[in-house]
Amino acid sequence: MESNDVTARQIYWRENRRWMLILGTIWFVVSLGCGVLWVEPLNQIQVGGFKLGFWFAQQGAIYTFIVLIFVYARVMARLEKRLGFEEPEA
Amino acid sequence: MSLTETTYLVVGASFALYILIAIRSGAGSTQEFYVAGKGIHPVANGMATAADWMSAASFISMAGLIGLSYNGYGGSVFLMGWTGGYVILAMLIAPYLRKYGKFTVPEFIGDRYYSDTARVVAVICLIICSVTYVIGQMKGIGVAFSRFLETDYETGLFSGMVIVFFYAVLGGMKGITYTQIAQFCVLIFAYTVPAIFISLQLTGQPVPQIGLGSTLADDTYLLEKLDRTLLDLGFQEYTTSVRGSTLNMAAFTASLMIGTAGLPHVIIRFFTVPTVRAARTSAGWALVFIAILYTTAPAVAAMARLNIIQTLEPQPGQHLSIEERPAWFKNWEQTGLLGIEDKNGDGLIQYSADPDTNELVTLDNDILVLANPEIAKLPHWVIALVAAGGLAAALSTAAGLLLAISSAISHDLLKRTLMPGISERQELMASRLAMAGAVLGAGYLGLNPPGFAAGTVALAFGLAASSLFPALLLGIFSKRVTREGAVLGMLAGIGVTLAYVFQHKGIMFIPGTSFLGDLPPNWFLGVEPNAFGVVGAIVNFGVSLTVSRLTAPPPESVKQLVEDIRVPVLSS
Repeated sequence: MESNDVTARQIYWRENRRWMLILGTIWFVVSLGCGVLWVEPLNQIQVGGFKLGFWFAQQGAIYTFIVLIFVYARVMARLEKRLGFEEPEA
Repeated sequence: MSLTETTYLVVGASFALYILIAIRSGAGSTQEFYVAGKGIHPVANGMATAADWMSAASFISMAGLIGLSYNGYGGSVFLMGWTGGYVILAMLIAPYLRKYGKFTVPEFIGDRYYSDTARVVAVICLIICSVTYVIGQMKGIGVAFSRFLETDYETGLFSGMVIVFFYAVLGGMKGITYTQIAQFCVLIFAYTVPAIFISLQLTGQPVPQIGLGSTLADDTYLLEKLDRTLLDLGFQEYTTSVRGSTLNMAAFTASLMIGTAGLPHVIIRFFTVPTVRAARTSAGWALVFIAILYTTAPAVAAMARLNIIQTLEPQPGQHLSIEERPAWFKNWEQTGLLGIEDKNGDGLIQYSADPDTNELVTLDNDILVLANPEIAKLPHWVIALVAAGGLAAALSTAAGLLLAISSAISHDLLKRTLMPGISERQELMASRLAMAGAVLGAGYLGLNPPGFAAGTVALAFGLAASSLFPALLLGIFSKRVTREGAVLGMLAGIGVTLAYVFQHKGIMFIPGTSFLGDLPPNWFLGVEPNAFGVVGAIVNFGVSLTVSRLTAPPPESVKQLVEDIRVPVLSS
């Protein structure tokens, strides 16, 4: 039982870190990437009335952040259910 | 009804609502006072967090900061920085501190680093960040009152203090949470209504976020028109003007992001939800509610800027005459937020980027939001609503900060360090007294703002980023970091950041004591003082990790604590 728990914890933490890495990379790419570092090439692309780089910096990054948090919340909730780390409803 | 009467009515009604909520939500235990009994629904906590987060600066100044001071694109650092931090908070900080399950941020640092010294250093860092921040809110309350209700600054400040005193001392976190939810509704309504109208008038599009990318009546894109108009006036292009350098923008954005994730008054909001799972979704909801304002603000910035320019110069070369300037223009001149000087004596107002010929000599950032309803010729009740919204933003943030300060004093200093023997009832009394003291202290600083109050809210982020954030992150993700590492790391991080700010802005912001001068050529790699928090954070990480290698590892019980906060519950 003890060793099962240890294994479950290890899987949980490994999966958690994997998701943090994936979502953290997207977080970096849409904000500091598209919004700051690569803004000039992206500004060459016009979408409606927006230069794309400008749009990422003033709107796109923020929308993506919201999606990232809800995706993380969802995958973690599923992981917790699968490994038996689910909290009772308070 | 006159505008002033309408404003008194709307603001008075909003205050009556806050007091009503306060009476119904008194705190009966320390758990209720510090963390609202941990029973707040994640969506409700998301709203409260959004109000806690969006300060007078977000509401009144941010659109102007983007649209005027930072000339468009440069202002994106605030938009990305003040929202991106929530991703870090949701993934790296909030769930684990919620699992830890106690009352304050210094409490976690003290327990994780098995040291009262660490606890006290964290309390000091918390107080430095939060006090810097709260002074701005108190000033915001006084200014909002004096502008809209025509009271003097002191009367305004006292009225605000009485309201906060009432619900924060009585209800602690519980009272603050419910009033923050009401304040969020007031402030978001007040912000979006004028924005929708101005977007409709300029682009025919009711959603400002889409309106920003739409066409004007003459079929040119709004942003294209603004770019061209600004170039003609001698400014840089709106959509591409960088603040400093790319490196400076990246550092500024990163500092605001990690500062957000390290600000105690935001973190403790996530202690009020029932589960770890709820802490994650609640961060998502908080960002949804924040994003409503943060994606509207850049639209307001561009539209209001264009509106003002077109008021002054309806057709290229055709300038507004001073005689014929509209009533709202004269009104805002009286407050000192707008100012004209007819330098060439032709009776016309010429707006230009060249300081020698520019005749719109004062154009305050706040004008973009404050004068918006009048420029768009909206009815009195909308203007009154903006007043109530600005006050709601300032009051809700002030209350959250005051709770972070007072709980650090009554819980961390008193209960956990100095007088561990006191009973819960005594601690609850102490926490009310600490709150009362914090309100009075903040009021005093609002009345007599020290020099460093000018150092702005942005500084608080640099300080949080360089002191508390690394200690929290390492405390969760490393079992090896020791008390010596954490304490020296926090001191080094906040020390380096303060030293950099002081050397450019003056010691304690006293003019004349800055030994390097506030000049861009003297900035380290071109990074401005407000953006230096990320460098302080790197120093903090470096010192913490190095010192931890050289000192005895943490005891087994601490390693067990770290193991425990990483999972929501023991496996069933």
